[in-house]
Parts: sequence; structure tokens; C-alpha cells
Amino acid sequence: MSQPLLEARDLTKNYGTVEALRGASFTAHPGEVVSLIGDNGAGKSTLVKCLSGVEQPTGGTLLFDGEPLVLGSPNDARDLGIETVFQDLAVAPDLDPAANMFLGREILKPGLLGFLGVLDKKAMRKQATEHFTRFGATLQSIDVPIAALSGGQRQSVAVARSVAWASKLVFMDEPTAALGVVQRERVLDVIKRVRDEGVAVVLISHNMPEVLSVSDRVEVLRLGRRVARFKASETSVEELVGAMTGALTQEDAA
Amino acid sequence: MTEKTTMSSLPDEHRTSFLKRVAGANTLWIGLVLLVLVATFGAIRPDAVFQVTTLQFLLAETAVLLVLSVGMTFVIITSGIDLSVGSVLVFASVASAMAMNAVSGGDATNAGWGVIAFGLLVAVVSGAVWGLLNGLLISRAKIPALIVTLGSFGAAQGAALLLNNGSNVSGIPDRLNRTFGSGTYLGIPNIVIVAAVVTALGALLLSTTRFGRYTYAVGSNEEAARRVGISVRGHLTKVYLLAGTLAGLAGFMGNAFFRVAVVTGHETDNLNAIAAVVLGGTSIFGGTGSVLGTVFGVFIPAVLEKGLVIIGVKEFWQPIAVAIVLVAAVWLDQTRRRARNQR
Repeated sequence: MSQPLLEARDLTKNYGTVEALRGASFTAHPGEVVSLIGDNGAGKSTLVKCLSGVEQPTGGTLLFDGEPLVLGSPNDARDLGIETVFQDLAVAPDLDPAANMFLGREILKPGLLGFLGVLDKKAMRKQATEHFTRFGATLQSIDVPIAALSGGQRQSVAVARSVAWASKLVFMDEPTAALGVVQRERVLDVIKRVRDEGVAVVLISHNMPEVLSVSDRVEVLRLGRRVARFKASETSVEELVGAMTGALTQEDAA
Repeated sequence: MTEKTTMSSLPDEHRTSFLKRVAGANTLWIGLVLLVLVATFGAIRPDAVFQVTTLQFLLAETAVLLVLSVGMTFVIITSGIDLSVGSVLVFASVASAMAMNAVSGGDATNAGWGVIAFGLLVAVVSGAVWGLLNGLLISRAKIPALIVTLGSFGAAQGAALLLNNGSNVSGIPDRLNRTFGSGTYLGIPNIVIVAAVVTALGALLLSTTRFGRYTYAVGSNEEAARRVGISVRGHLTKVYLLAGTLAGLAGFMGNAFFRVAVVTGHETDNLNAIAAVVLGGTSIFGGTGSVLGTVFGVFIPAVLEKGLVIIGVKEFWQPIAVAIVLVAAVWLDQTRRRARNQR
């Protein structure tokens, strides 16, 4: 198997006396969709926070392309091409989709105007339009505030934005939770398309059929530990649920 | 992935037409209200309203408030508030007048440009220091803006009174008053030109630059701004610094116009500036607004006041009329937001 892109070994994370992670491991390879599943409180969100730089683990090691890695902040992860789609979207509702996509990464006009901080709105709008079209976020107009869009469109913008900047890996925390059938299919489409471009996708979801249909691999967390790893093509919903609840354990998983 | 994105010449097909965007903006409607007011007063007493001196006075009197309101626009777009601008103005005005007197041996009345420039520097820097203090307390110490600026509202006023034992400072250079205070260029008071330039720069800063974009983003969703790597604390500090600096400049303009640094009469400047900004369509909840709207918002109360006097209505009606328009403006903003967020 190829060298893992991102690997976590025996991560621990304590919040006071609460052990959210008790030696959790995790692996993501380039160009694969790997789902991270587990019951509520299994440590999925904490693990993703540690892997995306939002939180710092109490113990354990992170490897990126085989090299040891310390993530001090989300910016560190971003610099490596690691992006996150948060459950609560985190968009600026009063700004338009293009402004949101380029937020914190604005394109400035060339020359003196750019030196003065003048934005090149036209270039940003153009690139954003192309990008949204490519990733199937159909928007009637590119310059209305995000708040004027429907929930599903807002979600598509949030997904498209993260995907736009993720050159190596993208975490998606329940990206389809609030979506209708059509929108959900579209997000799953985006996930596959991103994977096909060689970017690793880590999907967190409670929807088992969805997990099986889109993933290449599945890793299961229980009580802050990895308890099982499956190839999506060789497993079933029953097996996944068994691993999540503790009815089934694999010896070599941890 | 940007590198991969090809720069083909895709037309702006998704772009809403310019007319549609203009019609959808609050700014247009506020501007119409102002126009209707001017037209109404003008129709009743055209002889008195469209007089050069009337208009000159109206503009000159509002110039100082306009500069304060430009800074306030930035603050309110970040969903903050600055109650201290009037007191900072007084402090800057007193400090600047005293500094000019001090370097001219006690009376700066006949002082030259060097002294005037020094006075300007003192006004702007003292305004900036108050603004920086506000900004640091709000962004670093995490004290609500309402409380921080309520504190500096009292403190700056008190400090101004302490500086000169509670009295006004005279001795403003004649040269300053003749040129910037009462001088005109092509019939436009120079003080108005200064205010117009400041306003235009403020409008450009807000609508075309990264600084402006971050101002909107911080006010719209602070957490989202933080997650994309914007330094929210740094940005908030800069915005309050800007408001303080403009208040300092406004203090200097006041000196030039009134030929004296007055320690009273600015207690409600803060509320007038907030009212102007909100009237102009900037949301008190942050995230939206414009400097152009603020310009309209500054002139609506001023036109009402002047107009009511000219047509012989008791001017005591002015605050009542402004209050109605103000509450109606916020109510409209609320309704729009609710309608929008229901989707």
C-alpha cells in the first residue's frame, strides 16, 4: 500500500479528567475517501480537531507524508493543503459566495492598487463562478449575500470553498446532514470528484448507506480508540454497526 | 487548486444587473427620503432654502459630524459601538489648542503653518491613542464595546476638563480659521471639502479594499472570519483606532471652524453619529452598511432641523421626526433580516 498521507498514532486528548481520545490512530492515503464513523462521544470530532490543528493532542504522534508533524493552529494545517468543512458551515452570511470563497485569501489588483489593499473583485468573481460550476453548486447569482441562499446552497458553497483550497486533504464533518436528496447526491458527487483529483477526503457521517456508497475505506472509533478498519467494498452496514457498538472488534486495528 | 483553475474568459452571466442591485439597496431609499425632504422644504420656501449661505451653513455645520460618522460606520459594521467619539473629539480639540498655544508662547492667534501642522498632529495622535485604548480593551480584554466606550466617553471628557481646568481654550491661529474654518473654494466651505475627502477615502477603504472586506466579515460572522485565518483581534483594534483618529481630526476641524476649543456641546455627538449611521442603512447587528448611506443619514436630521426652522415649524419637532425615521429604519432592517433568515 502507498505511503499514508496523514497518519495519527496513539493520540490522546484529555479535557481535564475527561479522556476524549485514549490512544486513537487514524490513517488517510492520498486520493482516497476514508470515512470516520463512531457512536456519539466516540471521539470523532475531537480526533478531527486534533488532525486539523483546531486542538492540540495531549499525547501521540502525527505524521504527514511520513514526516513528524505538529499542528499549532488551523493555519498550519491550511498551509499544508488541509481544509475542513465544519458542521456549522462557518460562512459570513452577509457576504456573497465569491467573497466567502476568497475570504482570507483575497486576490488583490496588480501594482500600486494592490499594494494599497484594493481587491480584484472581478477576478475573484470569475474564478469563483468557474469553481462553483465545476463542483456543481448551482447558484442563480454569484453576488447575493449567502444568507439569501437556501440551506442546501449555503452548504454547497461551504463545501466548494474548502475543496477549492484543499490540495492534499479535506475533512468533512457531516457535510450532508442538513441536505435534501438532490443536494446530498451533489455533495457526494463533489467528494468523488475531489478524490479523483488526488486529494484525500475524510468523511464523518452517521449515515451508513452513504458511508458505504462513497468511501474507499472506513475506520471505526469507539471510546476514543480505533476499533476496526474496513474496505468499504468488503463490508456491510451490520458489520459497521457491530464495530461501533462493540459487538465486533478487530485485534490489529488499534 | 487555484493554479489549476483556468482563466478562460467566462462572461459574468451570474451577475445581477447594476440597476437591480441599486434598487435593492437601502442606500437608494434613504437617499430618496433625503431628496424628498429637500424638495418639500424647497417647494414651500424656495427663496430661503436654495440660498447659498443657507446651504453653506448647513454643509459646514454637518462636516464635523460627518467625519465622526464615517469612523462610526466601520465600527457598527463590525457589530460594535463607539460611545466615546464626542468626548475624544473634545479631548483632541483641547489638547491640540493647548499644544499650539504652548509652542507659541501662550497665544497661538498669530501663529504660522508650522504651529498649525503641529496642532493637527497633536489632535490626530490624541484621538488615535483613545481609539487604540478602546480597541485593545475590546479585542484583547474582551470587554463589551458598549462598556469600554462608555468608560472612555466619561474618561476622555474628564481628561479634557482636567487639561484646562474646565474652560474653553482660545487662541486658535487666525490663519487656520481664515483658511480651513471659514474659507471657501468655488463657494464650497473648505471644511466641507476636507470632510468630503475624508468621506470619499472612507468609502473607498470600506468598499474596495481588503480592510473593508474584513470589516464586513468580522461583523457578519466573527467565528467564520477567525477560521479562515483573519486576525479578528487585530482588525477590531484597527477599526476602533480608525474611529478615534477620525474623532481627533474632527476635533481639529471644530477648532478651525469655531476659533475656540469648546469643552461642552459634544455630549450627544456619539448618539447623533450612531443615528446617522443607522439611518443610512448600516445594520446595528453588523455585516452590512455603506459610507454613502451614512452621508445621507447625516444630512436627514440636519435638513429636517434647518427646514423646520425655515418653514416656521417649531424646531422642537426635529428630534421627534428624526426619532420616528430612525426607529422605522431599524424596524425595516429587522423585517428584512427575518424574511431573509427564514429561508
